[in-house]
Parts: sequence; structure tokens; C-alpha cells
Amino acid sequence: MGSRAPATGLGRDLAVVAAIATAILLLPLGTQSGAALHAVILTLLATVLGQGWNILGGFGGQFSFGNALFFGVGAYAAAVLQMRLGINAWIALPLAAAAGAAVGALVGALAFRYGLKGSYFALVTLAFAEVFRILANMLPFTGGGVGLMLPLDTRAAAMQFASRVGYLYLIGAFAVAGFLLHVWLRHSRFGAWLVAIRDNEAAAAALGVDAFRVKLAAIVLCGALTATSGLFYVQYLHYIDPNIAFGPAFSVEALLGPIVGGMGTVFGPLVGAIVLHALSESTRNLVADVPGVSLALYGAVLIVMVRYMPGGIMGLLRRR
Amino acid sequence: MTMLKAAGLSIRFGGVAAVDGVSLAVPEGELCALIGPNGAGKTTLFALLSGFLAPQSGAVEFDGRTVTGMKPHAICALGLARTFQIVQPFAAQSVRENIAVGAHLRLRSRRDALAFADEVARRVGLAGELDKPASALTIAGRKRLELARALATRPKLLLLDEVLAGLNPQEIDAVVPVVRAIRDSGVTVLMIEHVMRAVMSLADRVLVLAGGRLIAEGPPAAIAADPRVVEAYLGQGTAARLARSGGAP
Ligand SMILES: Nc1ncnc2c1ncn2[C@@H]1O[C@H](COP(=O)(O)OP(=O)(O)O)[C@@H](O)[C@H]1O
Ligand SMILES: [Mg+2]
Repeated sequence: MGSRAPATGLGRDLAVVAAIATAILLLPLGTQSGAALHAVILTLLATVLGQGWNILGGFGGQFSFGNALFFGVGAYAAAVLQMRLGINAWIALPLAAAAGAAVGALVGALAFRYGLKGSYFALVTLAFAEVFRILANMLPFTGGGVGLMLPLDTRAAAMQFASRVGYLYLIGAFAVAGFLLHVWLRHSRFGAWLVAIRDNEAAAAALGVDAFRVKLAAIVLCGALTATSGLFYVQYLHYIDPNIAFGPAFSVEALLGPIVGGMGTVFGPLVGAIVLHALSESTRNLVADVPGVSLALYGAVLIVMVRYMPGGIMGLLRRR
Repeated sequence: MTMLKAAGLSIRFGGVAAVDGVSLAVPEGELCALIGPNGAGKTTLFALLSGFLAPQSGAVEFDGRTVTGMKPHAICALGLARTFQIVQPFAAQSVRENIAVGAHLRLRSRRDALAFADEVARRVGLAGELDKPASALTIAGRKRLELARALATRPKLLLLDEVLAGLNPQEIDAVVPVVRAIRDSGVTVLMIEHVMRAVMSLADRVLVLAGGRLIAEGPPAAIAADPRVVEAYLGQGTAARLARSGGAP
């Protein structure tokens, strides 16, 4: 169109994603330590979890308190499809993402159709996660409260790996997909609409933005991406039960990372995941294993962030 | 051809009939002003026309199509854009990003929308502020931004709700030609305005709303002299303002 196109930063964002992907690829050259790789894998898992939340909460301003719903749906879809139906894990991957998307569409259609916002929307997501937790306890094919143990089958063809490097690359690929989704949001019409709705829904509607459809699409993307993190959890740790899948721990982790790192930013979920994992590692040595201490710590971090650093760490970096 | 037609529009809030059986027609290409004392129902009428409120009775026809009951975004997509009396910027976003949201209605590409935002900013006199966050604009700047965003949707009809309110005389003199240029580019305009000097110089025709009802309509000079209009404004000093503005014979 115009001769002078304004700089958008797309190239820079893609370069950072490429650098992160390269770092993940090269990491095993630097360390073969199982503990170190495990820590990085869990950090990337938290990153993907945070990315899913960030699409809807960070870009869209719709704060979910129950993202474990999508994590759990992905985890159970992976486990049930493989164990009950004999479906290959690589085929279960798109199916798990589709299941997360479908549940996202269900929650979104109900909540956004009736214009639920703010704490009402948060409560609905929380309630859905709780309903699914109860269902997972009751239904015959989920293994009930005992949960499901994915049998060992360490072949890449079954998406299981003898070495941690395989898992590093798997979750690394999910995270890079999440980053690319974020870069697209940052530089696309859909992302501009989503952020406009977050900042002022009435103004967005006055400019032709169909808020219902855009929010619905956002929660579908959130559900699909978050479900892949659930699938990864099952492939990596071989076990899922209703409390892990749908309990509050992953719901809190999903929102805390982006809030600490910077809501609605492309790299906030990664920055937040790194900071939180470093923090919980260092405090674990200090306070041993007092039950509930990590949740209390997370609560304290949340209060400090919301009060003093609403833009998160990325917000501090950007301040001119 | 008629761009906008309302027939018997009514809405009550509790006991108050905010808009009470309003019928009007705005022909294509006209610049029509809507005046009336505070609380007359002007902003509410705009909300009914643009789909932000559903009328309890009556119908709205835009560009030959019944739009009563349609959602605001769908009405906007048909080519009817409105501004807000209480400005509604995307405060954290830059001026360019704000305008691009409007531009995206017709342009999928981010690059095209941002480039079009620059073009629209030039038309409304915001070219120097494109990289500022909207929250850093003065009130005059924010009013221009409201105008720019609506304009970026490439409307056939613009509903402007007091875009001159809160501006000083120099700022008003700067924005009046912008509005005139918009009309001259072929956009039909219906504007709520209290600044009578601007109404007198811009409007082809004036509608007067009081107590939710249309009480008069006609060319600016005739309206300024209409005793019913002066009556409606009594106590607000507007009769004197009208006389001072040179509109009265
Ligand atoms: N959402 C609402 N709820 C209740 N009363 C309202 C609402 N919006 C407007 N009103 C009332 O309707 C009347 C018309 O208001 P408004 O359309 O804003 O007038 P104007 O724009 O002409 O100053 C006023 O009495 C106002 O208090
Ligand atoms: Mg008003």
C-alpha cells in the first residue's frame, strides 16, 4: 500500500524464536545431566501451559482460573486414546489438541454468549475444571481416582524416548509452535482484534469487531495448545489422575507464568516460567517440603506482581 | 437516496422515555446536525441507530436495509460507524495501532492496515502523534482519534457524538474543516453538536431533540430562530449563544 511501511518488529520476533529453537537444539551439547535436562523440560512445559493461558488471558483479557481443564482434557485424551483404543501417540496428538479445542469451544460458547466477563468468566472456567475432575473420578474409561498409567514403550514411534533429549525436543517443538502462534497474534488482524477487545470491547464492536467470534476463536486456540501440554505430561511421566489433571496446581501455574513474565507479550510465558522455576528451586532448598508452601509462595508472587509490576518482567524491560 | 431512516424509535429507562417515537431520514451525502439540551436523548438515539441499544419499538433502516436488532459490529461492517461522546481509546496502544483496528475491518493485512492508519491520521491531523500511546493524547487529540478510527472503517455514514466538546476555539477551528472534508469525500454525516458556531457553518440541516422527541428540523438559520428551539434550551443560555453566533436573523 503506502510506500513507507511502518516497522512492525515481525523480523525481530521471528529471529528471537529462531534463537530459542537453536538454543533448545544445542542444549544437549552443553549438558547431558539428567537433572538439568529435566529442569529445562519442566520449564518448557510450564511455558507451553502459560502460552495457552496467555492467548486468552494476556492477549484477550479473559482471565481463566481453570486452565487445568484443557491440560487435563489433553492428558486424558492422550492416555485414553492410547490405552483404551490402541491409537498411536502421534495420531493422538492432533486428536488431543482437537479435544482441547472442542472443550474450549463449549466453555466459550456458553460463557461468551452470555457476555460473562472478569471474575464471572474466571469462575466458570474454575467450575468446568471441577466438573471434569469429578467426571474423571467417575467415568469407567478414565480409571477413576486411581488414574491411568501409560505403559512403557520407549520408541520414538510411540512418542516415548529412552533419553531426556527426546522429550526436550518434543516439548521444545510444542513451545516453538506456541511462540509462532504468539508471533502471529502480535502481527495479524486476529491478534489486533483480540487485543482491542481486551482494551475496550465497546470500542472494538463500534469498529466492526465481532467480539463473540474472536473470543471464541481465542479460547479454542488456548484449549488446543494447552491440551498438547497435557499430552506431553502423560508421555513424559506416564501417569495421570483426576487431581493432577484438573486440580488447581496447573491452573495456577498456567496464569502465573504469563503474569510474572508479561501478559500479552510474545515471550512473557517463557520468561515467567524461567523465573518461577528458578524461584521454586531455590526455595525448595530453604524450606524443605512443608506442604502448601509452594502455593503460598506463588500467591505472594502474584500479589507482588499485580501490585508493583502489572506489565510483568517484559513490561520492565520495555520501559523507556 | 436515503442513507439512514428511523421510524418511531422508542426506548425507556425505568420511567424515563429517553427516546420517544423518533422518526428521521438522512439523505445520502448530507451533513446533518442533531442538537438539543443535555439529557435530550441524543446519545441514546445514536446507540439505537448503531445497534448498541435495541429499541423497544420502531425500526432503523440503513442504506436500504433494515438493521433493527443487528449487532453493532455487523452494522459497522455495513458501513455505519459511530464515535463515542466519552472517548473510548485503546489506551495502552499507540495511535497508529488504535486506527489500524478500524482499518482492519476492510484490510486483512497488518501492513496494509498500519499504512492506511497513517493515511487516515494525516486526514484528521494526527500524523505527528502516530507513535504515541493513546493515553498520552490531549482531549483534543483523543477526539481526533475517535474520528480517525471510525473513518478508518471506510464508512458510508458517520455518527459523530460531540467531537468538538471540550475543545478550545482554536482546536474547534482546526477540526471543523476536517469534518467538512470528510463530507466532501462522499461520507454522509450525522453529528451531535453543542458548538453552535460549528453547526451553523457545517450543517445542511439541523434536527432538534428535546425530552426524547424531535421538536424541530430545518436549515440552521431557521432553526436558530425557531421559538420552540429557543424554548427547549431556555435556562441553558443557548438562545443567547445562538444569537451571538450570527445564525439568528
Ligand atoms: N443506560 C442508561 N440507563 C438509564 N438511563 C439512561 C441511560 N442512558 C441514558 N439515560 C438517560 O436517558 C436520558 C438521555 O440521555 P442521553 O441520551 O445521554 O442524552 P444526551 O446525549 O442528549 O445528553 C437522560 O435522562 C439519561 O439520564
Ligand atoms: Mg450525549
